[in-house]
Amino acid sequence: MDFINNTFAVFPALLVAVPVVVQLALGAMLLALVLGLLIALARISSFSVLRGVATFYLEVIRGTPLLVQLVYIFFVLPSIGVEIEPVPAGILGLGLNYAAYLSEVFRSAILSVEHGQTEAALSLGYTPTKTLWKVVIPQSFVVSMGPIGNYFIAMIKDTALTSVIAVTEILKTANILNSQTFQTTAIYTAAAILYLIISLPLSRIVVVLERKARANG
Amino acid sequence: MAEDTIIDVRDVHKTFVSETKRTLWNRLTGRHHVEKRVEVLKGVDLVVHRGETIAILGSSGSGKSTLLRCINKLETIEAGRIYVNGHLIGYEERDGELIAEKASITAQKRTDIGFVFQHFNLFLNKTALGNVMAPLRDVKKLSAAEARSVAVPNLEMVGLADKMENYPSKLSGGQKQRVAIARALAMEPSVMLFDEPTSALDPELVGEVLAVIKKIAQQGTTMVIVTHEMQFARDIADRIVVMDQGVIVEEGPPSRIFTAPQHPKTRALLSRSGILPA
Repeated sequence: MDFINNTFAVFPALLVAVPVVVQLALGAMLLALVLGLLIALARISSFSVLRGVATFYLEVIRGTPLLVQLVYIFFVLPSIGVEIEPVPAGILGLGLNYAAYLSEVFRSAILSVEHGQTEAALSLGYTPTKTLWKVVIPQSFVVSMGPIGNYFIAMIKDTALTSVIAVTEILKTANILNSQTFQTTAIYTAAAILYLIISLPLSRIVVVLERKARANG
Repeated sequence: MAEDTIIDVRDVHKTFVSETKRTLWNRLTGRHHVEKRVEVLKGVDLVVHRGETIAILGSSGSGKSTLLRCINKLETIEAGRIYVNGHLIGYEERDGELIAEKASITAQKRTDIGFVFQHFNLFLNKTALGNVMAPLRDVKKLSAAEARSVAVPNLEMVGLADKMENYPSKLSGGQKQRVAIARALAMEPSVMLFDEPTSALDPELVGEVLAVIKKIAQQGTTMVIVTHEMQFARDIADRIVVMDQGVIVEEGPPSRIFTAPQHPKTRALLSRSGILPA
């Protein structure tokens, strides 16, 4: 019973790190959504230069580990004079990384919108640009809801990686506690449970969103 | 051009080009660059006057839907001219050459041409009312209240006053098509184009859509209907146009076309539909 009591006892100390995780996840998600949509649009545009740049970005991000990208931003960029605080560096790293993956979600969602929807809009006098923003993209968002939600949950778990660039999120806080008290089992069990408490309700919400998207499709 | 001419199609030519798929096998056998050219419109002339109802008949592949889609530039053309209300559609003419015009200008011209699709193409993420309001707001820039005051009477006209808050997924095919008609009509176009409006419907739902189209025709709206519904065409059209293999083979009032067709293709079409004895 000591183990359970100890686990409960370290919880408050870890909860302090939750606002940091929220800040990281929301900030990075916002960046990833905006940048991801822009990359998706670049990938389907008729300008070959734009397509090339976007594809290159995608390959670089997907071909290197997120951990390496975070380390690069935090430890390498200062050598060329760009110093970024740990939390903004974490947001930047996570956001740039997830933008690549979300762009693929947006791209396939945009391409999955039936051609008939485009033709209907054009026939009613929408310009091609207006058709894209008023008809195609809103519908692709509905389709993207589920995958976006899943990536958001994955991102919350990936915030743990920012512990290596000095962000005092849950894992880093646990490491510090562990070095002070050596209650290794209780501390890391509590950390794992804390991640579960955050991600389980979110995955329920994703299921509901996906069901709703399917109902109107 | 006569005062009351709404649509003027002059010597329109249209070719579909399809390239053989770049599959591994086609590349190995050197067939990847083979292109197939099908001339679907081989010089079509058609004049539609204000208030007229035209029905275009023809077997599948005759080019009748393509002609309709060219009139509001859903398809490009290679040669010829299409005028709607005196405006050349989709192109600028410079020294006798057709040059593609800016997309925003084509869009502007399309607001004057209503189009109803075979597969309805309602915006899936909007209610019936939302579908009719969307172009009024996005294209005509009306306020929400103004758009609503235009949309509601149009939905009432097609008999859907009680379905305005339904999403397309909660509407039958006939109801969806009636929303699509209301959506096009609400833009107050000079002409309505119907591309096989009942072909995708279950037989028991065809009647309700035809009744709405008939009602619109009786209000004096200029319209062109591509259809396989022979009896309906005979019933409401002022003029029947028969197409075959990319050309108009015969046109005239239904009373003559249906009783004394001149062209063998018209006779074949009518006898296949059971209107003329085989």
